[in-house]
Amino acid sequence: MKRRDFLRSTAVFVAGASVSISALDFIDPKELLAANPELRWGFLVDTYKCVGCGFCVKACKLENDIPYDANVTRTWVERYVIKKDGNVVMDCPKGARDGFTSKLIDQNASGMLAVPDDEIAQAFFVPKLCNHCTVPACVQVCPVGATYQTADGVVLVDRTWCIGCGYCIMGCPYGVRFFHPVEHVADKCTFCYHRISNGGNTACAQACPFGARKIGNLKDPNDPVAQMILNQRVGILRDEYGTKPNVYYIGLNKEVR
Amino acid sequence: MKNHVWRPLFVVIGVVIAILLFRSVYVPSDFGSQELGYTFGYHRLSNEQEWKDFPAEYKDTEYCNECHDDKVEELRGAQHAMIPCENCHGPALSHPDDPEKLAINTSRELCIRCHAKLITPSSGREDIPGIDPVEHNKGEECSECHNPHNPSLEDM
Ligand code: HEC
Ligand code: HEC
Ligand code: HEC
Ligand code: HEC
Repeated sequence: MKRRDFLRSTAVFVAGASVSISALDFIDPKELLAANPELRWGFLVDTYKCVGCGFCVKACKLENDIPYDANVTRTWVERYVIKKDGNVVMDCPKGARDGFTSKLIDQNASGMLAVPDDEIAQAFFVPKLCNHCTVPACVQVCPVGATYQTADGVVLVDRTWCIGCGYCIMGCPYGVRFFHPVEHVADKCTFCYHRISNGGNTACAQACPFGARKIGNLKDPNDPVAQMILNQRVGILRDEYGTKPNVYYIGLNKEVR
Repeated sequence: MKNHVWRPLFVVIGVVIAILLFRSVYVPSDFGSQELGYTFGYHRLSNEQEWKDFPAEYKDTEYCNECHDDKVEELRGAQHAMIPCENCHGPALSHPDDPEKLAINTSRELCIRCHAKLITPSSGREDIPGIDPVEHNKGEECSECHNPHNPSLEDM
């Protein structure tokens, strides 16, 4: 090899390598989003703002015709009480349909538990609903194609097609699916698809007096919810399942499951 | 070849044709892999529209403002301004046609959703004035003393 050839190949190699290294540069998430200006629904829950009034659960049940007194609900609110000795107690009476009106913690079969005021280190409320995962485990297990994801990211159930086998109910790591006692099919939160698709808000977010629940378009960089998720410290539930949930939480504790 | 080979073969072919015929009649034409492909998008497309057409029952406070503007104004200037009317009065449905009147819920349960005193450090519940739901003027409805639309203690 001549010296001239050697120098030329070296120059080409260095130039080429530096181009590929610059491709690894930090990509601004806003740029990524701007490159893909479509619609992807996402949800933001601020657990600091939630007071446990349960109006979201009530509104969800009435709006979506979920039997009011049956022990099923598309969304619910959990109370966590973390004691000074490190023990965690949790309850969710009737899915919090009637809110939290007592200091007693409902421990189901073992009765009501009284936690003395001065033993409480932290206590807070965590609303839960379908995470409308990017990789929904419940959809993958459906044997008949009755549950699916729409192009804008909402996971729905086709009531005429569902055979009620219950695989999706078992497959959901978050336990958000249940068997509808009247329709006799699997049922779940739809992000109020009928409301958000027609320019409205979800029933739960609209009912929340304190703005603890918000829905927005994750693909729109000017959307207030998308901005909060990009710029604030938010958490998701059960990351380890790899389902890529789209409900984000502000103020999530490790105790919350 | 012999009959005993052909006959079962005809039966099998007949069954396959019957199944395919049944499938073409039974499975709607818009069923199949949609935008998101086979894994997540395998469904009947018209079901998306069916969900979009689900009837909404809740309107919003702006709607109440068309007729009950006095109440809306009173509430907006009060400490309860952030509570939507329908939280306390139930979904509007087709009110005022059907139902003609919305429910008036004067139960103590409605108010103690927020006002029952709980110990909840690190939660917004701490900022709401709390009462003992059992002891605070036992047995009486809250609205006998407090105005639910303007609960200010000074105006009592
Ligand atoms: C198109 C006009 C209209 C709208 C909009 C409307 N209402 Fe009414 N509402 C009426 C009329 C008329 C009555 C019957 C009044 C009566 O008989 O005293 C009524 C009665 C009521 C009553 C019962 C009052 C009583 O004395 O028993 C409540 C509560 C009520 N409305 C709440 C609401 C709420 C909450 C909204 C918003 C979701 C709303 N209304 C929207 C017209 C309206
Ligand atoms: C915190 C719960 C709450 C909210 C929020 C609320 N109301 Fe009421 N409302 C009540 C209660 C309780 C009564 C019964 C008052 C009584 O018995 O004196 C009532 C009574 C009424 C009445 C009939 C009685 C009257 O005073 O004329 C109307 C009409 C009414 N509300 C409309 C509204 C509208 C419109 C809104 C929204 C701007 C609203 N309410 C928000 C709890 C509420
Ligand atoms: C959604 C939660 C919620 C519900 C339901 C609710 N309130 Fe309130 N209430 C509040 C908040 C928040 C405040 C204002 C606190 C403040 O101004 O800092 C308040 C203030 C009050 C106050 C004034 C307390 C004070 O110290 O100034 C009274 C009295 C009151 N509410 C009574 C009622 C009654 C009666 C009802 C039932 C008709 C009711 N509330 C339902 C959230 C609620
Ligand atoms: C017999 C009349 C009466 C009834 C009924 C009544 N209250 Fe009161 N409430 C009062 C008076 C008077 C005060 C102010 C003095 C005080 O703090 O006790 C008050 C204070 C309050 C406060 C403010 C407490 C604070 O520390 O700032 C709240 C909140 C409240 N009431 C909510 C309710 C709720 C909720 C109900 C129904 C479960 C209710 N009240 C029923 C008379 C009543």
